[in-house]
Amino acid sequence: MSATVATQSAPHPQADAPTNYLTVTRGWRSWAFTLDHKRIGVMYLVAVLSAFLLGGIMALILRMELVTPTRLFLSEDLYNHMFTLHGAVMTFLFIIPSIPAALGNFLLPIMLGAKDLAFPRLNLASFYLWVAGAIFFLLAIVLGGLDTGWTFYTPYSTTTNTSVVTATIGAFVLGFSSIFTGLNFIATINTMRPPGMTWFRMPLFLWALYATSIIQVLATPVLGITLVLLAAERVLGIGVFDPKLGGDPVLFQHFFWFYSHPAVYIMILPAMGVISEVVSVFSRKHIFGYRFIAYSSIAIALLGFLVWGHHMFTSGQSQRAAIIFSGLTFSVSIPSAIKVFNWLTTMYKGSIWLATPMCYALAFIFLFGIGGLTGLFLGALATDVHLHDTYFVVAHFHYVMMGGTLIAFLAGLHYWWPKMFGRMYHEGWAQLACFIVFVGLNLTFFPQFIMGSRGMPRRYARYDAEFQPFHVMSTTGALLLGVGLVICALVLWQSLRRGRKAPANPWGGATLEWHCASPPPLENFAVAPTVGDPYDFDGLVYKGEEEGYVFEPKKQPAKREAEPEPATV
Amino acid sequence: MFSNWASSMLFAQSEGGSLFLSPPSSTVAPMVDSLFSLIFWISAFFFALIVGLMVLFVVKYRRRNGVEAQKTAHHNLLLEAAWSIIPIILVVVIFVEGVLGYLDLRNPPDDAYEIRVTGRKWNWAFQYPNGHVENNLHVPMGVPVRLVMTSEDVIHSLYIPAFRVKMDLVPERYTKAWFEATRPGTYRLYCAEYCGTEHSNMTANVVVHEPGEFEAWLEDASNFLDKMPPAEAGKLLYERRGCIQCHTIDGTSKTGPSFRGIFGTQQPLADGSTVTVDENYIRESILEPLTKVRAGYRPVMPTYRGQLKDAEISAIIEFIKSLK
Repeated sequence: MSATVATQSAPHPQADAPTNYLTVTRGWRSWAFTLDHKRIGVMYLVAVLSAFLLGGIMALILRMELVTPTRLFLSEDLYNHMFTLHGAVMTFLFIIPSIPAALGNFLLPIMLGAKDLAFPRLNLASFYLWVAGAIFFLLAIVLGGLDTGWTFYTPYSTTTNTSVVTATIGAFVLGFSSIFTGLNFIATINTMRPPGMTWFRMPLFLWALYATSIIQVLATPVLGITLVLLAAERVLGIGVFDPKLGGDPVLFQHFFWFYSHPAVYIMILPAMGVISEVVSVFSRKHIFGYRFIAYSSIAIALLGFLVWGHHMFTSGQSQRAAIIFSGLTFSVSIPSAIKVFNWLTTMYKGSIWLATPMCYALAFIFLFGIGGLTGLFLGALATDVHLHDTYFVVAHFHYVMMGGTLIAFLAGLHYWWPKMFGRMYHEGWAQLACFIVFVGLNLTFFPQFIMGSRGMPRRYARYDAEFQPFHVMSTTGALLLGVGLVICALVLWQSLRRGRKAPANPWGGATLEWHCASPPPLENFAVAPTVGDPYDFDGLVYKGEEEGYVFEPKKQPAKREAEPEPATV
Repeated sequence: MFSNWASSMLFAQSEGGSLFLSPPSSTVAPMVDSLFSLIFWISAFFFALIVGLMVLFVVKYRRRNGVEAQKTAHHNLLLEAAWSIIPIILVVVIFVEGVLGYLDLRNPPDDAYEIRVTGRKWNWAFQYPNGHVENNLHVPMGVPVRLVMTSEDVIHSLYIPAFRVKMDLVPERYTKAWFEATRPGTYRLYCAEYCGTEHSNMTANVVVHEPGEFEAWLEDASNFLDKMPPAEAGKLLYERRGCIQCHTIDGTSKTGPSFRGIFGTQQPLADGSTVTVDENYIRESILEPLTKVRAGYRPVMPTYRGQLKDAEISAIIEFIKSLK
């Protein structure tokens, strides 16, 4: 069926051309009330990218202030508000929903050969809950701001006079958005896999989304309950966390991290799923150790629930608890290491095409390598006591969240962009953006490891002059990173206006989304596609006139045409 | 500058510290540093392996016309077992080393010298066994020091990077930390747990005295009331004992009224009456702060009964008198 590639210009639909999901109906109502998972995915994409822009601007403001040890232009209070909102916006509004809600929503049904998610109305409700949560966050900014840090530690958060309750309502509502998305994904994967797609013939991206959904459904309610208790203490004076009311402030940290540590895996597991897809397709090699990767996603999801206490090694929890949590923490490192080795082995003897998605995937392996390995310093008790709450931790989680999740999100965005919008972007510029982002990220965050282990505490508006060289390097890197991301955005924007039409299968992927047109029609598939091995590239042949790959059931080497030269920066 | 760092990094255990670590200055610091180095080199090895293989494969197996990807096994149990088990062994080693170092960090010797620590927004109070209180921490070299700590308001965290020591201060609870300084000098002490507006200014110095000099310092410092004019001693107490957190001396109001130009004036009280700010009113306000609360301020000041001696109260009164 992909021989009849239905490429369609999004901005200028023609009456006689076949319609796709972008052109099938028009007007804002057709978007606002749509039940189509693809349109909801696109709306999520716009929404999370807006949040990312907001959080990113805040990050740049913070980095500018930190160029000098003393005040440059932000008062201490403004600085505290700014880092709180940067963290809260990036975590709750961007990273958590980025890959699952934007890319996952768009791709999960198509990768299953299905028409939509199991509960399309719930899906739209999830999106509007995200919007409502975001509005509460904006309200919190307007109504006095928020200066608790995104972690809302008590008793500070129950005593500060900023709008903590408004922000917690926002996080509570966002939690339900996340829970509903997770439920929807679990139901869809369990009940709507097509005939022939057993669990172990499912693309690894879906395994990753499935594992993520389990965490979302099981962990997020705990955050909701915790935030309700926090609000109850502030508003009604019920003593839960405040010792002056008979509560226990450290209890809050247990509750909070019981959600927020698994939430780290909500952020990174989908990223690993994207990388598994991209590395395999662009190496034209069957993914190595499929079952190990699939099982390791589930293992990470489950073990991730048992390690929250490693955020609290200096909180006064008992020594026995600290030792147990440290041991469990190391157990999570193994499945992550396995995945990295599996990706490398997948590349072995492959035919590696350094297109933009693969460039991002390689950047991911490099950056996630640093992020993961520096976790060892923080999992070990003796070193963590020294490094806890310093810039070392800031650098570690930015390497994982930015170097990991953001880079994988960009890899996925560039990989599926032709599918989503039917347009190809400019390879050279996209790769240049990737390179600048990569250099900028390292320059921003590597110096933070050094100043952190030398003793620079986090969340400091002012600092001792000895740390200034590292801060200057870091700010320079942040500006570079900003430039890279702006170029990336311009390249993608330009592709929508001027990009050449995308073929159904520009990269030679074997998963089902590459069987339908780019962009997909409303119903995704006219005829249910045949399910094969998602990582068997034998039937895929490059066609020059299509500028993409087509599925041919039998390999016919005589007909092969030259594949495109790998583009260079 | 960088080449110095690069060369010193190779000798991470030397006296001067390394690129990543300031010079170790307590008995536990070298243990923490050696674990740091162990993890560093394990990480460096695996990072070099991962990136090395990645670059090698990208160069060697880059897509070329007419060259197909080769078929290799989809899985290999021996290989997968190897790269699961070797990291497991290494992380077990790291875990055990981490636990051993941690137990040393957390469990002070029995004969440790005890200093009481109070954290509050946004300064530190270190109280010595004789009752003397300072905002900076002075300790003897070569003597184990135990800190018994609590907070008056929100959670703080005492962090001395040179000693590799960190512990949270939790309100209405006591936590403990200990160290034994090994080099005389002055080191930085930070609050590591975010605590509000002036979190980044909640810092102090740690002064490590040479053997024998600490006692002399403490004796001298404790007798400051006898050695300086009362108004100057009162200023020290104003800064050290926390008055400064709520009362300014520049005329602006914070949680409490400013001390500037207040002495001898008539001030309205919350109950509608007025009071003359004289010696007796100030003394009463320190010992029973909620009896006569100034109009426009919340009744939140804690009592200092039992915490300040009469001579100290007199010194504070003299200090307020001096603020014309």
